[in-house]
Amino acid sequence: MPNAAERAGEPYFPMTSIDLKPRAGTLSRIRVNGIDRPVAIEPDRSLLVALREELGLVGTKYGCGEGECGACKVLLDGVAVRACITPLGEAIGRSVTTIEGLAMGDRLHPVQQAFLDAGAFQCGFCTPGMIVSVTSLLSRTPRPSEEEIVAALNGNVCRCGGYLRILDAIRRVSVGSSAVEKGSP
Amino acid sequence: MSAPENRVPFDLRSPDERDYFARWGNGLVVVLPPRKPGPTEWGRGGPPHGGTWIHVGEDGKARAFTGKVEVGQGTRTALSLLVAEELRLPLSSVELTMGDTDLSPWDIGTFGSRSMPDAGEHLRLAATAARNALLEMAATSLGVARSELEISEGRLRTKGNAGSRAVGYGDLVKGLRRIDTVDPATQPTPASEWALAGHPTTNLGAREIVTGARQYVSDLRIPGMYHGRVLHPPSYGARLRRVDLSAALAIPGVIGVHEGGFVAVAAPDLLNARAASKALRAEWETAPQPAEREIVEYLRRHPAECEDFWDVVHHVVGDADAALASAPVQLHATYTTAYIAHVPMETHAVLASWEGERLTVWAGTQTPFRTRDALSDAFELPPGNVRVIVPATGCGFGGKHAAELAVGAARLARAAGHPVRIVYTREEEFTHAYFRPMAVIDISSGSEPDGTLTAWRFHNLNAGSAAARIPYTVPNQRIDNQPAASPLPQGSYRALAATANNFARESHIDEIATRVGADPVEYRLRHLADDRLSAVLRAVAQRAGWQARPARSAKDHTRAAGQGIAVGLEKGGRVATFAEVRVHADGRLEVARIVTGFECGAIVHPANLRNQVEGGTVMALGGALFEAIHFDHGRILNPRLSEYRVPRFRDVPPIEVILLDRPDLPSQGAGETPLIAVAPAIANAICDATGHRLRSLPLAPDGTVPEVDPSDRRN
Repeated sequence: MPNAAERAGEPYFPMTSIDLKPRAGTLSRIRVNGIDRPVAIEPDRSLLVALREELGLVGTKYGCGEGECGACKVLLDGVAVRACITPLGEAIGRSVTTIEGLAMGDRLHPVQQAFLDAGAFQCGFCTPGMIVSVTSLLSRTPRPSEEEIVAALNGNVCRCGGYLRILDAIRRVSVGSSAVEKGSP
Repeated sequence: MSAPENRVPFDLRSPDERDYFARWGNGLVVVLPPRKPGPTEWGRGGPPHGGTWIHVGEDGKARAFTGKVEVGQGTRTALSLLVAEELRLPLSSVELTMGDTDLSPWDIGTFGSRSMPDAGEHLRLAATAARNALLEMAATSLGVARSELEISEGRLRTKGNAGSRAVGYGDLVKGLRRIDTVDPATQPTPASEWALAGHPTTNLGAREIVTGARQYVSDLRIPGMYHGRVLHPPSYGARLRRVDLSAALAIPGVIGVHEGGFVAVAAPDLLNARAASKALRAEWETAPQPAEREIVEYLRRHPAECEDFWDVVHHVVGDADAALASAPVQLHATYTTAYIAHVPMETHAVLASWEGERLTVWAGTQTPFRTRDALSDAFELPPGNVRVIVPATGCGFGGKHAAELAVGAARLARAAGHPVRIVYTREEEFTHAYFRPMAVIDISSGSEPDGTLTAWRFHNLNAGSAAARIPYTVPNQRIDNQPAASPLPQGSYRALAATANNFARESHIDEIATRVGADPVEYRLRHLADDRLSAVLRAVAQRAGWQARPARSAKDHTRAAGQGIAVGLEKGGRVATFAEVRVHADGRLEVARIVTGFECGAIVHPANLRNQVEGGTVMALGGALFEAIHFDHGRILNPRLSEYRVPRFRDVPPIEVILLDRPDLPSQGAGETPLIAVAPAIANAICDATGHRLRSLPLAPDGTVPEVDPSDRRN
């Protein structure tokens, strides 16, 4: 991506990379939250556009369009990815889980419950991306160290500055999950 | 999102002409009358307000209304708590409508930390008056004296267990259509007796947030909606010479608007709208603009007329010039702060929809009524034909005051014959909103050899007057501010001028303490004239484990660790911040610990207040340490999150928050003042560690502490 100095002199059209050409009407299919869904856009478009604009799954947010803020994170085969810089094609044949797909009916996912209990949000716009990132982290590292948490979440921006409450939520859920492990046979 | 009905907005009708009962059924309505704008009331009696109204219905629920908006600061819950408290209702029985120009009382805008002291107080009064009226009605209905009744959970019952009789709000108002005006003698419940407010509560709407169900403006979609994009100039001051829309209009479904300097396109889907804006061919005529390196001199050479007359301070006590000239200790220094961006997580977003000559706009704005006025002016519509609704919005921080995007979306929608939604890209957000103004602050101080302050001259150029006044006792003062013709668009920002003025003053106070060999905490306490602020400072110094010591000077800066402290008094809140830093051998700055104490009167919603203080502290860290907009000849050089650094997890030190509750004092706002002592505390800590006095924000733009402050180089 050229920086501003390299862009200087050319007419300024603020927008980012992969969703700039007119629609071609290609049909793709992706599996989202356990359901196969058709999307009428080409596989080199962003997964974010597919989710928000084609499937109406607007819990996944646009924040920056260049993979810097984490508001658009979704799980791809259980691992958090930035949907704004992930081509739709990469998701074809794999399993996508968005924030809407985490709860089991009325029962919140433990990470969602921990955010709720800790009051770990202010405006809430970054929250879906945060919850997805934490879910991905804990699925691989159930009891992460402080450094592992920071490394996993440094790509998620909360401009309200709610980081300390988010860390509190993570501590609640990681302690909770280890307590469950101890209690199980 | 029901279709707008043909009606006159509540604020444009007299209280008895509003159709409360057609809308929400029979019940009791209590109205607090508005305070009309008047020249004598500005800056004295506070800004004008639109009053409020509360409807208690046959379902036993209370519907309350405010023109304030919720952009993440938690006021929906805090304000609802105050209504629930006075009406003795569970929080779930209060429905608060915020920022809807058809239904809400007129409001000047959500800024200046006024939601709690203004809207909060209005809602408390109206809710108390409603409770008193219901009590009266219950006493009559049950044939007992008011004093024999007690209320809980929306039910009034006779005291004592034997033969207790009860009636609920819903039963009392059955078939009733009564409109009361709040009695001026109404006394809300003292905060010391609160049963619900002041206690732990989960924020309203929390479940929608964690499940992704909350719909923000940028998520809204209505049938037939188009996506719009506006053409922006490549640099500030650039004028459109000509534009060719033909390539854009050749894309299927695209419509275009070209009216004067306004060029925009829209299409039924986002992809074609983006492609169309990329296909616009424009030629621009640029205007000369200053370079970043000459900005201080540029601002000094371009004073401007004062636009906002309530935002100018000219405060004179004694004779500052004479006292300065004769002072044994004299210090002169200049402090600056950079232009910085709001970076709301949700970029500006608007959805505009026409039905004949009626316009409805859903907007992420902090000023819905001002936006309504702008739309009504732009389209020559009676204000009653325009409805602005503020749904959930992802951050504001003072950055969402302008109505320009709403007008643009409405223009496009009219041309398209379809509703149009515009959501700014992150780059547009960086380049086509506005910035926190740069500040250039000159301070001259005079003191006795023991440090006793005798003279204080303080001049703020370009950033405003908030918190410019000094909370310390000084017999001779001259404090003023001067607007400037900024080459970058600038506007409101969370704790805007207060951050700059407080940084300058609290840095300078440490400079004097250093010069006279005084302990920074003792020196402040010696001069502080405000007991509440002294109490906050003492609490923070104690928690931080502050050891009294003379401030270190440049000669003995051998330590790599330093501690600093600063205070602030603004918008009714009192704050003190302690910072501990480490400066590593390679110059890398590490903020190791923050302790912030805050007092804003009676605490309404403790968890939310802590969130505001912690979050404000984190936001302030960005502006203190590394945030800066870079520009050259009107072009923004770092309009992306990859190029503009904001605080992240890794940047957050341990932050300890001390909340001082004062149930005996009115509740003040908390969204801004907690930010204002962070930068000076860190600058003072850096000076303690290294002996270098940094007088420009950001303090460590590349993560390291500069050897010599750029402002020293200039002087």
